Amino acid sequence: MTSVRVSGRAVANRAGSGRGGRRLFARASRKAALNLAGVLVALFALFPVLWMISTAFKPANEIYSLTPQPIPLHPTLANFRSVFSGSVIGMSYWNFLKNSLFITVVSVAVSSLVGLLAAIALGRFKFRFRTTYLIMLLIVQLLPQQALVVSLFIDFRKVNLLDTLVGLIAVYIAFALPVTIWMLRNFAATVPKELEEAAAIDGAGAWTRFWHILLPMVSPGLVATSVFAFIFAYNEFVFALTFLGTDTAKFTLPLYVQYFYGQNSTDWGAIMASSTLFTIPVLVFFLITQRRLASGLVAGAVKG
Amino acid sequence: MVTSSHSRPGTPSPAGSTPPPSEPDGPRNTTKRSAAAAHWSIQQRTAIWIRKHGVAPYLLLLPATAIIGALIVWPAVQVGLFSFQNYGLMQISGVLPAQWVGFANYSQILHDPEFWQSLKTSVYFALVVVPLTMIIGTLVGLLLVRLGSKMRTFVSVSALLAWATPAVSASVIFVWLVDPDGGVVDWALAKLPSWLGGGAQWAGFSWTNATLPAYTVLTVMLVWTGFPFIAVTVLAALRTLPSELLEAARVDGAGPWRTFWKVTFPILRPVFLVLALLSTIWDFGMFTQAYIVTGDLGNRDEYNLGLYEYSQAFTQPPHYGLASAAAFVLTIILLIVTVGYVRAAIKQGSLA
Repeated sequence: MTSVRVSGRAVANRAGSGRGGRRLFARASRKAALNLAGVLVALFALFPVLWMISTAFKPANEIYSLTPQPIPLHPTLANFRSVFSGSVIGMSYWNFLKNSLFITVVSVAVSSLVGLLAAIALGRFKFRFRTTYLIMLLIVQLLPQQALVVSLFIDFRKVNLLDTLVGLIAVYIAFALPVTIWMLRNFAATVPKELEEAAAIDGAGAWTRFWHILLPMVSPGLVATSVFAFIFAYNEFVFALTFLGTDTAKFTLPLYVQYFYGQNSTDWGAIMASSTLFTIPVLVFFLITQRRLASGLVAGAVKG
Repeated sequence: MVTSSHSRPGTPSPAGSTPPPSEPDGPRNTTKRSAAAAHWSIQQRTAIWIRKHGVAPYLLLLPATAIIGALIVWPAVQVGLFSFQNYGLMQISGVLPAQWVGFANYSQILHDPEFWQSLKTSVYFALVVVPLTMIIGTLVGLLLVRLGSKMRTFVSVSALLAWATPAVSASVIFVWLVDPDGGVVDWALAKLPSWLGGGAQWAGFSWTNATLPAYTVLTVMLVWTGFPFIAVTVLAALRTLPSELLEAARVDGAGPWRTFWKVTFPILRPVFLVLALLSTIWDFGMFTQAYIVTGDLGNRDEYNLGLYEYSQAFTQPPHYGLASAAAFVLTIILLIVTVGYVRAAIKQGSLA
């Protein structure tokens, strides 16, 4: 930023009335303006999250101060302490993190495996109902989740799956599957058939071919779909709200944050601390995977 | 050439084109094979049967189909059934059997002013948020493509962090930002000069207690959540544009406005259609954010269609039949929207 501005000014001084100089100056100032716009966009995008983190570290008198400060003057861990001590629900943040991690890990693992099998069928075999099946997958994705929640609630009540993490896991697997299959199908289809045939001639069995040929080639897609399934399960609110109802010990993190907010809606420091502890892991996870996510997404989408 | 002639004799199905199970061993292992043939295990026999009958794809699809069938397709069918029944507290606890009531649930909903109010809220909300998100997202996409690569990465990753922020966190954060006591928005608005609409009347202004202010907050929140996805998709699409086209437009003296509408937009129209469809589905069906910002189903006049439907089933006493009818209406509206977009896409030949 600074270097651009300096060079712009330098150019303007040197060039004086020169025509090329003026054009250079125009270009430099255009670039500065674009960069400024970029910084403003980034600020708009980051501000709410940064404000959440900043509030989480503020003592109460700074939170309700008449002139809010962007950065805590006297940073404190008191808000986090009250989240970890479980002063509100009677259980610490760790309990809910454990629930959320259990649910996400199991549902991501199962939906990836089951989705990969289906994607192999759709991407590498030609059979009678293939097109029908693909259209069905698209239609299924259009059904709004809150339309199904009533029906699933009644079914789960009958089979005693309410207030269980297993019920929630089953739903998260089901809702991650259509997207997973749809995206992995493209990857499975791009593995050259000749490669597999060559391996078969060399005596590789079905398992070896899957493990050494198919899996490495679909793994970028698998990473992308796993990240999606993870973020979906980690963030999901409607089903958790409906199925876990009153059993606070089984709450997942989003439900915990919402409940925490509902229970002490004036203690914004603690609310923002709980929200920070919920949000930061998923943002870090996203930052780590976003490069591979993008490549997986693009490959999956373009090779339709 | 070689490979294609090699694969031609086989049927299109890989199950058919794979040689019979005994062949890969080749002639070298003849004796070994015949010895083994007598002792083929059940597993091997099953494998041979699977290949011979081409059932492999069906077996591979079985687990996924069972899960999707049981947890998405069946519930969807059941919602349709419930919407014609008087399913409520008595029925779910098994005291009374469910009765078929024809279109009674639908007629009750369509005569409920709260339903129309919530539908209006959902429609207006989508009509404001979808164009706003699309415009801001596209502008940011056009900005990103003009930035240097480092700056572009910085801005797009920052923006995507907003997109990746969980809906629950976003809602709680925005409620805090607009809190009447200590919220930064009221403070900033009160400090703003009056010609920009600021002033002391904003100090302590409560945003979440009335429909219009609450949905203003939701609008900003959903634009904030939604614009990064559009910006990044538009950026990816812009980078596939042939630069000669843009260059030609520039040489012909077209300004950025004309270039966008005459060159960029027509080529990227399919991308914009998909993005508009996705945004409509997300914004029209918004639930989590509205649930938290309007206060846990507490304010009936702040319902959108999603909250209305949910409250029919999950506030006392529960009316699962009515909720199902409302869910069905919600689904039908989304299907009509989708069909509309798909038809527009087909008309423009972008699906071909």
